[in-house]
Amino acid sequence: MNTQLRHLAVFATVLIAVLIGATTYWQSWAAGGLANRQGNAVQQIVQLEIDRGTIFASNGTRLAWSVPHKKGGLTTFSRKYTADGAFAQALGGLEPYLNNNLTGSNTNLTNTFTQEIDRLGGKTVHGNDVTLTLKPAAQNLAERLLAGRCGAVVAMNPKTGAIYAMASSPTYDPNALLRPNGQKHVGRIGGVGNCGPGTAELNRATEGLYPPGSTFKLVTASAALNTGKFTPYSGFYDPGYCTEYGKRVYNSGNPDAPGQPEAFGNIDFSAALEHSVNAVFCQIGQRIGAASILEYARRYGFYSSPPLDTSSNTISPSGLYKYRKNRGRYLWSPSDPTTQVDVGRLAFGQFNMVVTPLQMALVAATIAHHGSEPKPYLVQKVTAPDGSLVSTTTPSTLGHPISAKTAAELNQMMRLVVQGGTAAGVGFPSSLDVAGKTGTAELGLGNIYDSWFVSFAPANNPQVAVAVIVEKQPNGFGATYAAPIAKAMLENLVHG
Amino acid sequence: MPLADPYLLPMAALLAAIGLTEIYRLGPPSALRQGVWVVIGVGVFAATLIGLRHDYRVLERYKYIFGVVAILLLFMPLAPGIGETINGARLWVHFGSFLQFQPGELGKIALIVFLAAYLREKREVLAQGRLKDWGPLLVIWGGAMLVLFATNDLGSALLYYGIFLAMLYIATARLSFVMVALGLFLVGAYVVGRETPHVQERITDWLTPWSSKPVPCFFSPHPALRQECASYQLVQSLYGIAHGGWIGTGLGRGIVTTAAGTQIVPDQNTDFIYSAIAQEIGLVGAAALLLLYMAFVLRGFQISLAASDGFSKLLAAGLSFGFALQTFVIVGGILRVIPLTGITLPFVSYGGSSVVSNFFLVAGLMLISNRANRDQAATT
Repeated sequence: MNTQLRHLAVFATVLIAVLIGATTYWQSWAAGGLANRQGNAVQQIVQLEIDRGTIFASNGTRLAWSVPHKKGGLTTFSRKYTADGAFAQALGGLEPYLNNNLTGSNTNLTNTFTQEIDRLGGKTVHGNDVTLTLKPAAQNLAERLLAGRCGAVVAMNPKTGAIYAMASSPTYDPNALLRPNGQKHVGRIGGVGNCGPGTAELNRATEGLYPPGSTFKLVTASAALNTGKFTPYSGFYDPGYCTEYGKRVYNSGNPDAPGQPEAFGNIDFSAALEHSVNAVFCQIGQRIGAASILEYARRYGFYSSPPLDTSSNTISPSGLYKYRKNRGRYLWSPSDPTTQVDVGRLAFGQFNMVVTPLQMALVAATIAHHGSEPKPYLVQKVTAPDGSLVSTTTPSTLGHPISAKTAAELNQMMRLVVQGGTAAGVGFPSSLDVAGKTGTAELGLGNIYDSWFVSFAPANNPQVAVAVIVEKQPNGFGATYAAPIAKAMLENLVHG
Repeated sequence: MPLADPYLLPMAALLAAIGLTEIYRLGPPSALRQGVWVVIGVGVFAATLIGLRHDYRVLERYKYIFGVVAILLLFMPLAPGIGETINGARLWVHFGSFLQFQPGELGKIALIVFLAAYLREKREVLAQGRLKDWGPLLVIWGGAMLVLFATNDLGSALLYYGIFLAMLYIATARLSFVMVALGLFLVGAYVVGRETPHVQERITDWLTPWSSKPVPCFFSPHPALRQECASYQLVQSLYGIAHGGWIGTGLGRGIVTTAAGTQIVPDQNTDFIYSAIAQEIGLVGAAALLLLYMAFVLRGFQISLAASDGFSKLLAAGLSFGFALQTFVIVGGILRVIPLTGITLPFVSYGGSSVVSNFFLVAGLMLISNRANRDQAATT
């Protein structure tokens, strides 16, 4: 019997060894994954006991911080936010994205060791502090300029990709969300006029999808110039309309160029952008093809979410979208652009194209940055509780959608828009040397339009790129509503 | 008992102490009751040693009584009036409102005594594989299985059947028997699993504890995510274990209650006590605890090897393997190695029947070791 006994003893040992192995698995390899699971009741308590790090604006202003509460020997923390709402949506995306930093759970080995000792000693775990690139003056200015309307502003450094302002309106007090029934209360906040309630939490700057209108002409022009098929001096004849599917699309219907002549006759490419002539862009689109325009859109980053350091739930990819009743709104890649896309309308930014303000700011920044697209970022640096630097963001580029030559040509063409074109009446000071493009997107709501302006300044050495959208304004021409906001932002940031 | 194994009782005491500490941490009133049960257990332990001090092998003579007692104990929860279904398994009996226990715990000991005696007597003929010698064994086994499936408890079935297989292997040295019997069990478990919603549910919870879409929930009219319904205890216990990490949160510093003060894992001091221990003393402590179980089991096998007669060998091996397998079934269930079943962790879990039956077990092993060492001393 002894042989069998020995076998059985080995088997019993193996059974218990398996348990040790399984415990090791759950307590080391699987532990991180389990901690991040939704509905983890243990982690919900753990989070309350952590002194979550502070989020600072670029100048050191506190935007989000933790307040301790002592109750029966247990110290828990609650979160407080700067109450003015200018940073509400930005913080909404950053809090979950920065969780590991703010709870200090991703630091180096020494810190982890100290934390473990602290935890065993019953001491509070302190998270890391995060400093953002957002500038409070610019952010507050943007929120003030948008107040009472729905819209968004994105301002960034075109060389580094640092986001200076990322505002969305309507907004709310982030502290309200933490109060009982806060979600419901914030859900009732609405804009004025045509923009409905229930969307205050939406970060319009990064997830709002709007028809780009004539600002999309920058993408079409990028394709036209960069493929070498056209130059700024290429001549066109504008009869006042463009024939699409046998029907005429008239310039006079172009809300982006109100009060302009209905037909320009002979006109070159540069002047066509300056005056936002739809018929010319329609012709360009027909000549270069929808595939080419979409390829340049993809080069700029359309069809994927911009890699901004914030929760991926709060970023939308730009591109052609379709709607189907059972599927809702979805990103659509035409399998055969030649037949499936109305290229003439796409060329001047109508058809099914929708974009985020962030994406349009990146287009402007790329043109400003000699054709290389900066990687946008919000987090400047992360510091440990003792003040030591944990990490800092190094600027990098996403790619080179267009050549430096094309960028220089577009830069010059966008200057003309401001100097003598559709944005001439805005009153940009010449000292600012602004390059820009207006956009007035038709919504199929009569004379109610989404008003756009994308720009950068100073054109000869760009320091700031700005994209502005103001939603659903009656006679909402880009030059009327969005451009003045861009002007104020550029004045604040270029000189500030 | 001058020649009994000197390690078993200290190890059992250490396990009971760890259990008491954690039970106290989870709820002092339970710890007091458990303390009383440990005292009763020690009394039972002493009484067993004294009662059987001359020769425990008299038990062999009453093997069929043990067999019948085992079946009765296992059947007991099914009896109307005293039987009770808790968490979907019918394992409990209660007398009045204050005394309730799991008779299966004691039934396990009785079953091992019966099997040791029966297999010792019949091992030669069994090894020949003639069908008629298998009769009583198959009847006892069939009866036991029937009861267990009627109680809806797969884990206990696995435990009893595993003990049976292990002892059969020791007695006959025929691995083929074990394989055939294991195959029978798997087929049986599959058939019963399909027919019994409770068993079915436990297997589903084991394979996919996290559902991405709401599924029908047994305690609510509305569908819910499985991790918020049927597998709630399992996943929350895992979250706790994961939170413990390598060195644990420290005793008393683990998170076992919500902000509102309710227990995250209900009744954690019984079936899920390993989860609380693993969280509070971490991988280092949990591994040490499991190694303690391993040492106890190997000590048991050592005694079995040293014993001179077949009955003692089978009894010691059965008790030791049963101890190991019970640990495996409950801890393995908590750790998602096998489907979860609610049985106790020997000596550590809260529960009177468990504590008392485990003290019987230690007494048995000590009696066997005392005799084995005495025989050895006599021959040299």
